[in-house]
Amino acid sequence: MNSASALSFGRMSKIAARFVGTPSVGPLLVLLAFGLIFSLTNPRFLATQNLSIILQQTVIIGTLAIGQTLIILTAGIDLAVGAICVLGTILAGKLANSGYDPIAAMGLAVLACSAAGVAAGSLISGLRLPPFIVTLGILGIITAALRLISAGGAFPVTDEFLGWTGNTVRLNGFIVTYGVIIMLLLYGMVWFLLNQTQWGRHVYAVGNNPEAARLVGIPVGRLLLSVYVLAAFIYGIAAWLALGRIPNADPNALQTANLDSITAVVIGGTSLFGGRGGLIGTLIGALIVGVLRNGLTLAGIDPLWQDLVTGILVIVAVALDQLTRGRR
Amino acid sequence: MTPVEPREPVATAPVGVVLEARNVIKRYGHITALDGVDFELRSGEILAVVGDNGAGKSSLIKALTGAIVPDNGDILLDGQPVHFKGPLDARKLGIETVYQDLAVAAALDIASNLFLGRERRRPGFLGNVLRMLDKKGMRAEAERSMAELKFRLPSIGSAVEALSGGQRQGVAVARAALFAKKLAIMDEPTAALGVRETGQVLDLIQAIRQRGLPVVLISHNMPNVFEIADRIHIMRLGKRAAVVSPKTHTMADVVAIMTGAAKFEEPAASASR
Repeated sequence: MNSASALSFGRMSKIAARFVGTPSVGPLLVLLAFGLIFSLTNPRFLATQNLSIILQQTVIIGTLAIGQTLIILTAGIDLAVGAICVLGTILAGKLANSGYDPIAAMGLAVLACSAAGVAAGSLISGLRLPPFIVTLGILGIITAALRLISAGGAFPVTDEFLGWTGNTVRLNGFIVTYGVIIMLLLYGMVWFLLNQTQWGRHVYAVGNNPEAARLVGIPVGRLLLSVYVLAAFIYGIAAWLALGRIPNADPNALQTANLDSITAVVIGGTSLFGGRGGLIGTLIGALIVGVLRNGLTLAGIDPLWQDLVTGILVIVAVALDQLTRGRR
Repeated sequence: MTPVEPREPVATAPVGVVLEARNVIKRYGHITALDGVDFELRSGEILAVVGDNGAGKSSLIKALTGAIVPDNGDILLDGQPVHFKGPLDARKLGIETVYQDLAVAAALDIASNLFLGRERRRPGFLGNVLRMLDKKGMRAEAERSMAELKFRLPSIGSAVEALSGGQRQGVAVARAALFAKKLAIMDEPTAALGVRETGQVLDLIQAIRQRGLPVVLISHNMPNVFEIADRIHIMRLGKRAAVVSPKTHTMADVVAIMTGAAKFEEPAASASR
């Protein structure tokens, strides 16, 4: 009986591995377990309406986690992820509200986000400063600058184009926003880059062993710069998705984006030490964070407890990574 | 970066000189690292380079691989003068180097490591526009060259971190063999390895010579040098003290020349041209 269930469990994880790749099986099982617990404790959890809300709530963190994955794969970390995204929402909102063409406003905002990525990437690859310190500094600079610009207050952004990603389509009774679709497209495109192109190979190689990468002729500095710029560009897109979700630009928004995006990446099976992991795991990890926050909200638990649980989750995930490193 | 075609077997003239250095000088401030050193690698041979610490071994190798630029002297590849400004120049001209520390990306698989930095793309639209990697082709090529070198490895798709130290260094050596058009330089390739693993790597180096690629082997390990080298280049005080054959000289002779306890006796038949 016992061995039979163990057997079927092994077969199940093999089947799962074919779809999500072996390293993502663990996170997938965690996601299913959380889903099971929440659906048993609250019948509303599995309602299609709630599942669609979970997806919508995952959009911002899920998109930010794409960039965070790229950076963590190179053995870096981005603590300015939320700040850069908020920079995008504030800039786009300010420009559009003061009469600029909304498409140009959003474009400029994405460019400004990418420029923050150029700054971070240049300091990290050129001066070889630690990513932790560089992005922490950028977080401080951007946060302070945004509060100065917006005089500390949030303001509404009612432009139709800036809110476009909040529109919905109905798929078989399941409501998805354009933002969800854009997020999934971004996952697909960056997955392709990481897994099917030379650039992606080199991202893994640099994260694994930068010295070996340099010796085989990979331009390590240029590669790191490209990673930080692409990540920040994606944060800019995330700003558009954020405006579609909440038509409001708030310099104090996304305070937990660092914790949430890093948690999504790490519980998705990407190693903080670089070179291992991938985007499918991150998508599952972002869904775990989304499911957890949604399930706890449905259960009527104070949002502060959600941060606490997320904090525990990220530490457990990193500890597991560290422990399994010894066996490799 | 364009993918590089694998090396065609080198046509070997019996005593053709592949790589030559003449009167190379390199100074660092007051210290003379290379004091007019000569060097000659012949086609199809394994040439060991030995010398005491500070004798100029590594400076010589760095000059030959483009890692340093000599102050004076000439370096000739196939008889043509070459001026390397950096290691990439030497690589482009067909000189591959294997380093002592295992220069592999541990989490990537064997095929990915073999083609690291020189990945191939798929033909047509998928490769040219979408820049898709030719994973199947690289795998097949990796398997073929490992079989040709008779180097036994687990599945070509397994991560390098699952391999032993000797197998990992084998991957680095095979990479050099796969892409070197002219010669491969092995800088203490077995220094980090145990006895059995060293044996695996030495076998691999001999397999590379059998394919016609000349090898420069820098090593501290005299028994290893005497096991596989055809000739031994001995460095002393920034110069070439002698080139001897392991057939005519003993380890004690070589150590004596290295340390200056003995002068090299001229008529060593196999060392003269």
